[in-house]
Amino acid sequence: MRYLPITDSERKEMLEKIGVNSVEDLFSPLPKSVLLKKELNIPSSMSEPELEKMMDKLGKENCGAEMLSFLGGGCYRHFCPALVDQMISRSEFYTSYTPYQPEVSQGTLQAIFEFQTMIANLFQMDVANASMYDGATASAEAVLMAHKIQTKRHKVLIASTVNPQYLETIRTYTSFVVDKIELLEMDPATGCVAESELAKIDSDTICVLFQYPNYFGMIENLKKISALTHEAGALLIPVVTEATALGVIATPGSIDADIAVGDGQALGIPMNFGGPGVGLFTCKEKHMRKMPGRLIGETVDKNGNRCFVLTLSAREQHIKREKATSNICSNQGLMATAASIYLATMGKQGLRDVALMNLKRADYLKKKIAAETACKIAFNGCNYNEFTILAPTDACELLKALGEKGILGGIAAKKYFPELDNAVIVNTTEVHTYEELDRFVDALKEIAGGAK
Amino acid sequence: MSYPGMRDLKLREALIFERSREGRRGYSLPAEDLSGAESILPAELRRDELDLPEVSEVDVVRHYTRLSTYNFSLDLGFYPLGSCTMKYNPKVNEKLVRNPYFTELHPETPAKFAQGTLKIMYEMQRMLAEIGGFAACTLNPSAGAHGEYTGIGIIRSYFAKMGDTKRKKIIIPDSAHGTNPASCALNGFEVVVLESDEHGKVDLATLKSLLTDEVAGIMLTNPNTLGVFESDILEITKMVHEAGGLVYGDGANMNALLGVARPGDMGIDVLHYNLHKTFSTPHGGGGPGAGPVGVCQKLVEFLPNPFVVCENGVYSFKNSGNAMGRVRSFYGNMGVTLKAFIYILEYGREHLGETAKNAVLNANYIKACLKSYYHLKYKSDTLHEVVFDDSEMPNHVTTMDIAKALIDRGYHPPTVYFPLIVHGALMIEPTESESKETLDEFIEAMIDIAEKAKSDPENILNAPLSTAISRPDETLAARKPVLKWVKK
Repeated sequence: MRYLPITDSERKEMLEKIGVNSVEDLFSPLPKSVLLKKELNIPSSMSEPELEKMMDKLGKENCGAEMLSFLGGGCYRHFCPALVDQMISRSEFYTSYTPYQPEVSQGTLQAIFEFQTMIANLFQMDVANASMYDGATASAEAVLMAHKIQTKRHKVLIASTVNPQYLETIRTYTSFVVDKIELLEMDPATGCVAESELAKIDSDTICVLFQYPNYFGMIENLKKISALTHEAGALLIPVVTEATALGVIATPGSIDADIAVGDGQALGIPMNFGGPGVGLFTCKEKHMRKMPGRLIGETVDKNGNRCFVLTLSAREQHIKREKATSNICSNQGLMATAASIYLATMGKQGLRDVALMNLKRADYLKKKIAAETACKIAFNGCNYNEFTILAPTDACELLKALGEKGILGGIAAKKYFPELDNAVIVNTTEVHTYEELDRFVDALKEIAGGAK
Repeated sequence: MSYPGMRDLKLREALIFERSREGRRGYSLPAEDLSGAESILPAELRRDELDLPEVSEVDVVRHYTRLSTYNFSLDLGFYPLGSCTMKYNPKVNEKLVRNPYFTELHPETPAKFAQGTLKIMYEMQRMLAEIGGFAACTLNPSAGAHGEYTGIGIIRSYFAKMGDTKRKKIIIPDSAHGTNPASCALNGFEVVVLESDEHGKVDLATLKSLLTDEVAGIMLTNPNTLGVFESDILEITKMVHEAGGLVYGDGANMNALLGVARPGDMGIDVLHYNLHKTFSTPHGGGGPGAGPVGVCQKLVEFLPNPFVVCENGVYSFKNSGNAMGRVRSFYGNMGVTLKAFIYILEYGREHLGETAKNAVLNANYIKACLKSYYHLKYKSDTLHEVVFDDSEMPNHVTTMDIAKALIDRGYHPPTVYFPLIVHGALMIEPTESESKETLDEFIEAMIDIAEKAKSDPENILNAPLSTAISRPDETLAARKPVLKWVKK
């Protein structure tokens, strides 16, 4: 085996030094009855060329990867500059561990400090942590954090327009911790939370959590909701699942969010069938010490040079054990580095251009579908790069027919919202050309019929 | 002196924000008239200025390339960080997972257009279950701690379904990782600490005294964080089961057993693997990892949703009504799982067991060579790692000083001050990746440090002298937290 350098004669020498006769002797603390007596039922060893062939073959069975895709729903295909993968492929980044020894980890520490800065600026929030697993777990941890801040309150309010997978994750993490989780129902005309539902925000409310833009692509008007939430003394938690939206839409900070979280996959990280991406976690400074996750801080060394270290670890499990703010350790470090390299490369103007390209394409596609096909736009209001259409027939049938034309037309909402059986959530980003958008509209016209 | 030491070229590098110059660009996008596009949104929904750097592509490349040179990494040298299993990260894995058929696959792609990845997931669920001796396995958890959270959540769901609501406590040995108690607390369990005996192991009488009908189970790392195998494992699991509890196995140290013995065969009911430790996926400077969880038959229905099934040769996702719920979006860190898949297949059934055997050999060799220079609190036999301490160091030389002195000699330090039951712990895990020469050079460096501690303590106390920065002021960082760069 090429990854095992010890030779037989070296092994003999080493065993002699240890003072045992065989490697098997080193396993003598194990009860004899548990030692494996037969080979594991896994395939036979493969060489590098064989592995290459196999992965090549398996890859080709993922024909969805090369179809014209309008899938979004929490994972987005964006253009990513070549240098991002080149940089994170430097093995000084990817073969190092969590930066526990700051003198030999300044590369990772500075990169993540810059990540914290860029995410805090993108969200316009006071502080950002070093990352979370993904947007769903970041949302769950945000609710748990709010619960720790608001010790005398009992109710968590969640917009029913959040990604259903996020909602399920939040329930898994919090259902046995908080007394009540209530949903804020959607207005079927706007695809946003109904105004009448806001009356649920009261003095017993711990926090109010919204996805922004929401699962159907709608941009909820959080300014008003923020005022109501704060009047009731509750915390506002926006969740941004499509981080490039913040290149153009009003930021969580500008609407006075208390904790703001999200998913950073859209920032230069390939889709990879849903992971690894990177969870984003920000909050107001006054809540900083209740944050989960790792934090990198600036300090100086013995000679007064600026440097960076892991800090505020008194919140964390390796110090506080069961009293820690969370059990999370370091997690998506390399993806956080990728996201910051992306943000540095795109920069102030580039991210804004990307956001505007997304906005423009979605607007073009939405108008064209409404004007030329039998599909209708489901909701009135504003979108970023995602919106919902209503097919004249069942959504799954429409998507199946599109699939036969090599197009992944979007997500059937009825998978999670049974009442919306004609609704398809459609996403477009800067990777689409206008010709591709037209091809999609033509396909819709052919399958669903033209506008009546 | 034959150890590598440090000698390098290091260029100073500012923060990326300090490189920023107004109007500089580093990106390339199709030419498109975007004027007026923002008015698609009403003004009240639009953001104001966006404070990101303005740098060129060359600026970005130089910046990150320079930063990378400030890191010690596994590809650079020996990284004996105990409990972290810093084994070699094969290059073939990195190459093959960058195939666009995997990277450009959207997680909502209908199953029939994603059969390649689904097949790999199905195979990984099966192979990991087989390797650990379990009935089934979930790939959803994104990290070791996330695996712990999931595994303990499965235990919570099991007792909830049984209607056994009294069982609110979980026993954890005092040698355990801090994540163990934190993962229990996150699941609403109360932690009962089990004191290790004089051999660093679980004492059966102590365990017995803690096993009541309020105990949901025990969380055990085996071999434990001292590298000591709990040789009473069969009695331990039997006792816990007889008391109505379940046994959780922390797979952090699975590299000691890989292909040699299976936790499931020892009576462990739930175990999380760390693909980034045992199965060679890179640590990435702190993630992404993956923490799949294997379970025994009676817990299969509680695994988190979704999982992959195979019906008539076609792969698809399925949910279980009794599942503990969902633990994240989509299906886990697939990009990481793919690397572990390739790793397992390269070893195959013929060679997988050689990893543990060589890892244990290497650790015992280091122990044999250093035990007359460094103090060993526990004399028990150990497997894949060894924990020395600083209790016999002269001239006030501490574990931290030894760690920093190793840096000057060209090594990443071992894990320090953990496990907590060894004061001034130095936890060394060499893994199977290292050659005898590397181990001998490291041993020589350790002996040099032990000798310098006597003859020339200043050399040790001022270390590291060869790095870009000297020891940082961590107190200042915590007292006045500066967590982002602010334009002055």
